[in-house]
Amino acid sequence: MDEQVRKAVLGAVPSLRAFAISLCGNVDRADDLVQETMLRAIANIDSFQPGTNMSAWLFTILRNHFRSEYRKRRREVEDGEGRYAETLKSQPEQYGRVEFREFREALTQLPADQREALILVGASGFSYEEAANICGCAVGTIKSRVNRARTRLAELMAIEDAEDFGPDQQTRAVMAGGGE
Amino acid sequence: METAETRNRKPGSKPAKLSREVQARLGQQLRSMYDDVVNQGVPDRFAELINRINGDGNKDG
Repeated sequence: MDEQVRKAVLGAVPSLRAFAISLCGNVDRADDLVQETMLRAIANIDSFQPGTNMSAWLFTILRNHFRSEYRKRRREVEDGEGRYAETLKSQPEQYGRVEFREFREALTQLPADQREALILVGASGFSYEEAANICGCAVGTIKSRVNRARTRLAELMAIEDAEDFGPDQQTRAVMAGGGE
Repeated sequence: METAETRNRKPGSKPAKLSREVQARLGQQLRSMYDDVVNQGVPDRFAELINRINGDGNKDG
């Protein structure tokens, strides 16, 4: 295998894992998804066009694999939440725990197509165009999914304005420092 | 802290457009969750996997 390809695939692993965990809510399954993605990518490396975005190509493979797995194992996937919560026990007190858990739970309640659009654009840093390519849909579709995802998240968390979030990160840090 | 339960929302209240600030805070939380995983780096299992494939050329599944 080409050393450059090897490096590129390995370099994409951290974001592929973050994407997979956000999609399926279960770290073990996410790691299996990532492994399968790597194997498929390497087996089909000839279909990768050099000079194009390797990361977007890998995300596409992972996303499609997840979608076909998801259809097969829908019921199991839906009770993945507990496992995910467990793996995040070490989550630093960056945000209030309650708030963070609420956010994660709200995210798992989004329809799959809205969730993936929101993550690709809002966290993975892809453009709307790239996200549309990854999901195999029109740019306008991605935009409206992202909007609906945000609105739905706010509804699920009962947020009407920014104050509903409670003190922001800096305020929390100050409060924590001044407290005990 | 208020939660969805303690807070009484009128049923059928319109899906108001989110303010920029709310969108920004939602984005912050999403990225914080995501980056937490990204910052874990590459677990050994994946580095080993790719070395194994690299080593023997024809991988077994």
